[in-house]
Amino acid sequence: MAEIVLDGITKRYPDGALAVRDVNLTIADGEFVILVGPSGCGKSTTLNMIAGLEDITDGTLRIAGQVVNDRAPKDRDIAMVFQSYALYPHMSVRDNMGFALRLAKADKATIAAKVEEAARILDLTQHLDRKPANLSGGQRQRVAMGRAIVREPKAFLMDEPLSNLDAKLRVQMRTQIAALQRRLGTTTVYVTHDQVEAMTLGDRVVVMRAGVVQQVGSPQHLYDEPVNLFVAGFIGSPGMNFLGAALEQNTLHTSLGALPLDDRTRRALERADAPRELIVGIRPENFEDAALTEHGGGVTCTVTVEVRESVGSDVYVHFTQGGGPAPTAGLTQLTQLDELDQLAELAADSGRADTGMQEQHVVARLAPATRATEGGPLDLRIDTARIHVFDPRSGANLTHPERPAR
Amino acid sequence: MTPPTRARDAALPKAAGPSRGARQERRLGLLLCAPAAVVMLAVTAYPVGYAVYLSLQRYDLRFPDQAHWVGLANYGAVLTSPVWWQALGVTVLITVVSVAVELALGLALALVMHRAVFGRGTVRTAVLVPYGIVTVVAAYSWQYAWTPGTGYLAALLPGGSAPLTEQWPAIGLVILAEVWKTTPFMALLLLAGLALVPDETVRAAMVDGATSGQRLRLVILPLMKPAILVALLFRTLDAFRIFDDIYVLTGGSNGTGSVSILGYDNLFTALNLGIGSAISVLIFVCVALIALVFVKLFGTAAPGTEPERR
Repeated sequence: MAEIVLDGITKRYPDGALAVRDVNLTIADGEFVILVGPSGCGKSTTLNMIAGLEDITDGTLRIAGQVVNDRAPKDRDIAMVFQSYALYPHMSVRDNMGFALRLAKADKATIAAKVEEAARILDLTQHLDRKPANLSGGQRQRVAMGRAIVREPKAFLMDEPLSNLDAKLRVQMRTQIAALQRRLGTTTVYVTHDQVEAMTLGDRVVVMRAGVVQQVGSPQHLYDEPVNLFVAGFIGSPGMNFLGAALEQNTLHTSLGALPLDDRTRRALERADAPRELIVGIRPENFEDAALTEHGGGVTCTVTVEVRESVGSDVYVHFTQGGGPAPTAGLTQLTQLDELDQLAELAADSGRADTGMQEQHVVARLAPATRATEGGPLDLRIDTARIHVFDPRSGANLTHPERPAR
Repeated sequence: MTPPTRARDAALPKAAGPSRGARQERRLGLLLCAPAAVVMLAVTAYPVGYAVYLSLQRYDLRFPDQAHWVGLANYGAVLTSPVWWQALGVTVLITVVSVAVELALGLALALVMHRAVFGRGTVRTAVLVPYGIVTVVAAYSWQYAWTPGTGYLAALLPGGSAPLTEQWPAIGLVILAEVWKTTPFMALLLLAGLALVPDETVRAAMVDGATSGQRLRLVILPLMKPAILVALLFRTLDAFRIFDDIYVLTGGSNGTGSVSILGYDNLFTALNLGIGSAISVLIFVCVALIALVFVKLFGTAAPGTEPERR
């Protein structure tokens, strides 16, 4: 168990490509930290640098107070769980789990005791003499975990350990990993591209994009106060809706109607010297069916439902921003082309482009009692206190400017 | 017929075997395979069969009229002759030593080629050059090199020595020529095996604390085992039938002849088709035995039945 400190960690490949840029992160002893981001964001490279499987170009890495930049993986006392599990196919489960101890020249009785203990925790006792090829995916995953925990290392590094499991098993194993980590209290760094995994597992989540850390914070903090468009779009499912808006006399004019600004937001925008053209972010859960609520707070707008999806506990309603010229047209006139490119890139990174959905599509999460029907009109109330306003030039969140504290 | 019986009759063809469509498809399949099968029979089964037939006769081409059936007498003559056993001993020695050396060198070369970061293509080409040279040409260049008086390698030896005329040095040089020529082949087969070892598994071993030697011995080699066995099988079968290197370097004199040289001498020099064919058939049996041993080895030693899922 140990503290891991990344101080200005940078990875530059020989061809000049910058994979990770200036990552500063202190992972406390026993903490469970998640590195999350779209593929190619540098999260796995960062993990490999902590493991010693990749050289660190710049910066210092300290594990338990010692600089380990130039130490081989075997001298860092860390255990790693790989996406492919990377089990040794020619060894039995017992030998797989005891391999590291055997290399460390532990005596046979100790190895046997530790392997038995790990197998008991992971419910693998009856499989100890089988080969990995004869195990199911979930069992192999547990063997990979077992291989890490028998060593009692300073830290666990996990590289998308659940990606190869089917959806149901993934949820079960997620809970198991969280419980195991609490029980062992070992410092853990966990890499995933799945924001749900990140939100549910971690004490703290590090959101990365294009090799740069975007925001570090508790899951709730990232959800409530995303620092920029990328984090806002990446965290939360379904993702935040983004609308173009024009700021006029303390009112945001959007295709969903005029959204008045509350005092707090207005002051924040004034402080930030906000431009007139802005991007408004509204989470799907900040809409509600106006017909189901009595109180008259917020702003009401009427939309035409395109698709209605019921998942039992919630109903998702998809609609296109109604009426008026597409607000992005206004954006095009004002902003530089490369800034629009950056927005498109952000959208692609947050997985939105993969769905084939246009930006104009809006999703609202409603209570199951809603009467919304496909093709029919629907009155929606927007919780204006919870909207986010972003600067289209920088992507920064103007309502929740980045706080220096964690 | 009563209706129930008819119903049973109608169901019968289905239970009895494949449907008409499936049978027709199978017939078409056999027809399409037939040309290849016929060619195979003509070029392999017929000569092998004919050799077996010849080996059961007393048949000397100098006296074709006296050819007659002698049963297994030729085999008896060969197996009781010290010449056969001496040639077999030489062959086994050359096979074992050259294949062992090739395996070690080939593995080293394969690891170099696998790790090479720059100049990968150049390294592979350079390694492969000896394999691209015709064996006989290579053998002649070795022969000239070792010929006293003219050869540059012979010149390095103390005066008066002629290594190709003494049994042990000559066998050593045959092995050297063989190793020089076929190590690249071994290296290529092993390189393919190395590519089968998943990167993440090797990285896992690194994190688990294995030194590079331990990674090779405990992880990489066991995972390469199928490729190593295939490479060994190919090379053993090849080396057992060694002919050209010996034919050019020593001509099989001074007790350096392999079983193939012995067969050649009997067939084409002595023109004794019966004895020569018996030797050929015995070589064939030896090769089949080697293959059988290896295949049995595969069956018992192949790691896992299903490769690890990625």
